Amino acid sequence: HYPHPQNSNHKLLSTVDNVCLGSPFHCLTDINFVFYSTLKPSLQILMWYDRSNRGSEPFVTGVRGQVPPLVTTNFLVKDQGNASPRYIRCTSYNIPCTSDMAKQSQVPLAAVIKPLATLPPEETLPYLVDHGESGPVRCNRCKAYMCPFMQFIEGGRRFQCCFCSCVTEVPPHYFQHLDHTGKRVDFYDRPELSLGSYEFLATVDYCKNNKFPSPPAFIFMIDVSYNAVKSGLVRLICEELKSLLDYLPREGNMEESAIRVGFVTYNKVLHFYNVKSSLAQPQMMVVSDVADMFVPLLDGFLVNVNESRTVIASLLDQIPEMFADTRETETVFAPVIQAGLEALKAAECSGKLFIFHTSLPIAEAPGKLKNRDDKKLINTDKEKTLFQPQTSFYNNLAKDCVAQGCCVDLFLFPNQYLDVATLGVVTYQTGGSIYKYAYFQVRTDQDRFLNDLRRDVQKEVGFDAVMRVRTSTGIRATDFFGAFYMSNTTDVEMAGLDCDKTITVEFKHDDKLSEDSGALLQCALLYTSCAGQRRLRIHNLSLNCCTQLADLYRNCETDTLINYLAKYAYRGVLNSPVKTVRDALINQCAQILACYRKNCASPSSAGQLILPECMKLLPVYLNCVLKSDVLQPGPEVTTDDRAYIRQLVTSMDVAETNVFFYPRLLPLVTDVDSDSLPAAIRNSEERLSKGDIYLLENGLNIFVWVGVNVQQGLIQNLFGVSSFSQISSDLSTLPVLENPFSKKVRSIVDMLQVQRSRYMKLIIVKQEDKLEMLFKHFLVEDKSLSGGASYVDFLCHMHKEIRQLLS
Amino acid sequence: MATYLEFIQQNEERDGVRFSWNVWPSSRLEATRMVVPLACLLTPLKERLDLPPVQYEPVLCSRPTCKAVLSPLCQVDYRAKLWACNFCFQRNQFPPAYAGISEVNQPAELMPQFSTIEYIVQRGPQTPLIFLYVVDTCLEEEDLQALKESLQMSLSLLPADALVGLITFGRMVQVHELSCEGISKSYVFRGTKDLTAKQIQDMLGLSRPAVPIQQGRPLQTPEQPVISSRFLQPVHKIDMNLTDLLGELQRDPWPVTQGKRPLRSTGVALSIAVGLLEGTFPNTGARIMLFTGGPPTQGPGMVVGDELKTPIRSWHDIEKDNARFMKKATKHYETLANRTAANGHCIDIYACALDQTGLLEMKCCANLTGGHMVMGDSFNTSLFKQTFQRVFNKGFNGEFRMAFGASLDVKTSRELKIAGAIGPCISLNAKGPCVSENELGIGGTSQWKICSLDPSTTLAIYFEVVNQHNAPIPQGGRGAVQFVTQYQHSSTQKRIRVTTIARNWADAQSQLQHIEAAFDQEAAAVLMARLGVYRAESEEGPDVLRWLDRQLIRLGRTLRNESSYYRHHFARQDLTQSLIMIQPILYAYSFHGPPEPVLLDSSSILPDRILLMDTFFQIVIYLGETIAQWQKAGYQDMPEYENFKHLLQAPLDDAQEILQTRFPMPRYIHTEHGGSQARFLLSKVNPSQTHNNLYAWGQESGAPILTDDVSLQVFMDHLKKLAVSSAS
Repeated sequence: HYPHPQNSNHKLLSTVDNVCLGSPFHCLTDINFVFYSTLKPSLQILMWYDRSNRGSEPFVTGVRGQVPPLVTTNFLVKDQGNASPRYIRCTSYNIPCTSDMAKQSQVPLAAVIKPLATLPPEETLPYLVDHGESGPVRCNRCKAYMCPFMQFIEGGRRFQCCFCSCVTEVPPHYFQHLDHTGKRVDFYDRPELSLGSYEFLATVDYCKNNKFPSPPAFIFMIDVSYNAVKSGLVRLICEELKSLLDYLPREGNMEESAIRVGFVTYNKVLHFYNVKSSLAQPQMMVVSDVADMFVPLLDGFLVNVNESRTVIASLLDQIPEMFADTRETETVFAPVIQAGLEALKAAECSGKLFIFHTSLPIAEAPGKLKNRDDKKLINTDKEKTLFQPQTSFYNNLAKDCVAQGCCVDLFLFPNQYLDVATLGVVTYQTGGSIYKYAYFQVRTDQDRFLNDLRRDVQKEVGFDAVMRVRTSTGIRATDFFGAFYMSNTTDVEMAGLDCDKTITVEFKHDDKLSEDSGALLQCALLYTSCAGQRRLRIHNLSLNCCTQLADLYRNCETDTLINYLAKYAYRGVLNSPVKTVRDALINQCAQILACYRKNCASPSSAGQLILPECMKLLPVYLNCVLKSDVLQPGPEVTTDDRAYIRQLVTSMDVAETNVFFYPRLLPLVTDVDSDSLPAAIRNSEERLSKGDIYLLENGLNIFVWVGVNVQQGLIQNLFGVSSFSQISSDLSTLPVLENPFSKKVRSIVDMLQVQRSRYMKLIIVKQEDKLEMLFKHFLVEDKSLSGGASYVDFLCHMHKEIRQLLS
Repeated sequence: MATYLEFIQQNEERDGVRFSWNVWPSSRLEATRMVVPLACLLTPLKERLDLPPVQYEPVLCSRPTCKAVLSPLCQVDYRAKLWACNFCFQRNQFPPAYAGISEVNQPAELMPQFSTIEYIVQRGPQTPLIFLYVVDTCLEEEDLQALKESLQMSLSLLPADALVGLITFGRMVQVHELSCEGISKSYVFRGTKDLTAKQIQDMLGLSRPAVPIQQGRPLQTPEQPVISSRFLQPVHKIDMNLTDLLGELQRDPWPVTQGKRPLRSTGVALSIAVGLLEGTFPNTGARIMLFTGGPPTQGPGMVVGDELKTPIRSWHDIEKDNARFMKKATKHYETLANRTAANGHCIDIYACALDQTGLLEMKCCANLTGGHMVMGDSFNTSLFKQTFQRVFNKGFNGEFRMAFGASLDVKTSRELKIAGAIGPCISLNAKGPCVSENELGIGGTSQWKICSLDPSTTLAIYFEVVNQHNAPIPQGGRGAVQFVTQYQHSSTQKRIRVTTIARNWADAQSQLQHIEAAFDQEAAAVLMARLGVYRAESEEGPDVLRWLDRQLIRLGRTLRNESSYYRHHFARQDLTQSLIMIQPILYAYSFHGPPEPVLLDSSSILPDRILLMDTFFQIVIYLGETIAQWQKAGYQDMPEYENFKHLLQAPLDDAQEILQTRFPMPRYIHTEHGGSQARFLLSKVNPSQTHNNLYAWGQESGAPILTDDVSLQVFMDHLKKLAVSSAS
């Protein structure tokens, strides 16, 4: 009984190159409004269309410049020489040959790279190539790594670099004859000649101080101040660690993880623990000289979990008891990071700090902060200061951490402002993650926190990483967005890089490209694996080049474009007033669309809004970005929330930004037999029926919206209560009930949770309840309470902008 | 009348006082002509088996500038219940409690036999004794093990209610919390950073939170000390805990690379120990006991860098002012010592290492606070083990032979002034009419603080006769001195010991023979020697050496470290022990008769003799050539030569007796003719026969010594010549 929205249109959409909206009338009137509202492009249809057309066949990467399926489509990838879109996605797969064209179109050329992305089990991990002591074969001039696009010449004795055209001798051990097509005969035996993504085993030359690295270490640093203890957090963490330590990441075939662990607790002072296996009891060492932090012990701080199992267990049992009666409310923060850093330095290894922190660090110590939150600054020129750290101390600390390969993951449990913008600096610049649980309560938040912690500890991660993106002559990587540190203009340094971290790279022309040779990208990531092996991961991608703007517009990917634009705008708020940033965004998109209208679309009346097929969703997404908490905060959004979101988005991949800006809204009352997810519907209140239950997810939260007129049977089946009024809105999980509907909904929730890198908070929203306000904020096609435009209004606005540009 | 010898002995036994002159020259001019100053050796806590303490407060002279204690020297008007102070002549009313006194009902302090009397007074809360162990962990495994065992053993020797604490150090300094169950807890400090007392207390969490003063409520006595802190706990409560903790103590884990010394943060460790006690238990008896196995190599108070290729400063470097760290280090330890002394605590140093440990820089810690200083080659020697055990020895009444936080107040009659004191004390800067402007030793005061003392602690106190020549003292006049020592007894009682003595004045012109006869040669030697050592400490240089006899000269020539050590002990031991240090004793055992003292001369070394030498720091048993051969042949095991066995045994028994009482435990050396250890004997004897004059003497007797030092004979000849020539 559930009709797919507007699915009768899809044929039309697929056959034409662009979408024409609006009326032949020249002025925008109410009548036009009707046109916009009925014809506004639907993202749900596009996704559905892409899923049904491209999800069935594997995406084979052999061909240059192929636009991959959408991120919302389930598809398999076959690597035949180009990196999988799971690793790299581009704003356009056909890029202008000249800088003039690029400028004219205003389409940003960017790649969103997720170097350690997780692959589905059906796909094979990048092969590890070991060239022995001589290491990987590279171009003599630009140092690009051997890849499928290198051209072997002179019978295989030399090769010409596909990036800089320099000719390099093939080392004798690497020599191989060429077949009649000019391919090496060992082409299919060598991943670096036939695949888009592969790894090299690095030689000692690629290691710090010319020494192979030791396995990394994880240090758990737990705030034991009054709030942390009282909320039960300390006990929860200690309990969880007891079992979690058995799941540290390990290299494929290894029996146990090579990662060593250490423990620190802190409030105003730091407590280090000696958990050497030979001890009967752990030993605590207090360092109160926080002004001049040092690690008080060498032996016994970082230990192998299996060897020190009983001592660690004893420690984790005792920590909650030891601090049960604490009265200390103040905390330090910078010294905690310094302590971890010093410990890794002393152990001569890289690693990760897991810091569990509850409050603004106001105790006397380096990096001490003051409460400078001021909502009055919103919409003033000083708003940017809310996103900037209040001291440069943490920037310097971050630099030291990166130099050592010390990545900092931060779990925050604030009950009030704790200045995420400042506390997050080190995390952000070391490639770490921030997790924030405001008003943490064990009962409601423990699942989310523990799942996040488990995932964060277990996920694949590399350390002490450096990423370099090389390109064909003609374009150059000029700008980078993400959680990292750069000491020069080319090397992206990350103390740690996990499978979820994404770096967006922007390219600019510095010369001409040719249609024949196209454009090549090679992303090389040098990192230390969780077992301490130094490796290089190489991703190659070939793109087409065009001399016609239409080719550019035909091969764009709006999701990636939005990923870039959002990151660009979110960085902009650090330096410019938010309004300037918003205006610049609108202007750039208007220019993109105006350029299309002017150069590619068939002549038509100016009253018609014409959107390129690949960008027909640009306005709706753009509107979502403009309405997001960072760029247009509602009254309930805190300064910390905005800083948190800003940093979070900066490391997101395309799928995450996609759902974050335009949440997925799923009707739950559908055919329960189906295994797949129900089809999404537009995020608009008018789509919600009072008699239905809906699910909305944005990668951070899952809302279950229950209409007031939902049948009692459904309520009983889902919530185990007999009426709408009995549904408790502070449930954090759905009750486990043995009926098909409950099972179905819970399996949908589980399915969604698995897809996301963070465990989403489940919120039950009853129609007409006070929480519904929060929910409505995510109905992004509607006008928002904070003044964000509705989809229709925004389309209208864009049209006006475009027309102004054209006239 | 008894001889002066007996008089001197009696006085020493009763009052613990020996004067250089027992009849005093009556004018300043005459006194200066005597060369040897009027001075005395005072053993404030001399053990008196026959002296039961009285349980009341002493009666003081009411003149605020005097406050002398009522003594047998005071004139008493029993009828009017008045007494006259013999120092300031103030007439004082007896307190009401003395209403019943009369000629036949005298309080003890008026009886002549109580010229020394001890009062037990009730003042302030009693605090238990405190022992804070400061332990170096940069030791060899074997050494550390031995030290751990000694420390564990010592816990059983402490009074059950004594508070004990533990600080360990190496590259870092760890203050151990002793009260915790389960996880053992310690506070760790960098060994390189000097912290103020306030910082240390803040970091240890000892600063008392400011108590808001509430209106209408009486203020709580702010002086109320916190009886326990987490770091200092009663032995009986935590001895198991601490024994385990000591047992688990590991060598400093930080790697020491080839060619480096371990990083040893002695300076910071001591600073923290001092700060900890300062913050928690000021002005109560406390011992900081430092056990170290090498020189401080980092942080404040470092004596040498960690590069092995740079050797520790030598005597030569110091003379050339080339010792890089010395001044700074000395200053650091001096500051600490002064703070410790101001708090009434003391620092013991137990330094056991083959190489130097920087005692020169650290000496003031023990010297100014009355702490012990013990030097040995290793903690795994009986020298250390027994010495350390002896620290906790108990006296005849089962009490520890240690007392704390003493102040010594000296009062004199008008004709005398106080020039100064030499001993383990610091000045309390009490100026007064009886303080001389001419300083000898630590002067400018009539009061000194002695942070730690035992029954043998002896101070030298120097006086100046100020009576003018033209104002003669009437015939039969007596001068008096009163020593008032207030201290914390090892039972934690507060006690006051008062010794009041008087000596006759005599006119040096008419009664020189009296004065001469009452000269105490031994006391004078020690008093002069102390002055010499004191000047050597403060002035250095060859001038001072001329002061003293050859043995003292030698004292200054040994390694710096050792000399600090020897000087330390010299400045505090009682007279007999001091004499042994000056002139070692040599006994001979042979078949020719009973053991006899012989000249400390190379001619005493004969083949058929066993020699026993006692130099205070060393006990050497030396078997003559023939005896050694007999012993090798095993005669002592044959029943028919039992007398030889006895001969061998006799010196061993005697040595054992010395070893049992001596503190610190001397180095015990058993050697024989030609043995390498024989050098200890040969270096001490008078070289009457050397390689220079060997052939002039008979070949038979004695053993030649290879030395450039002059023999006593030559020295005396020279001295006589000088004496004669200067007289002319």
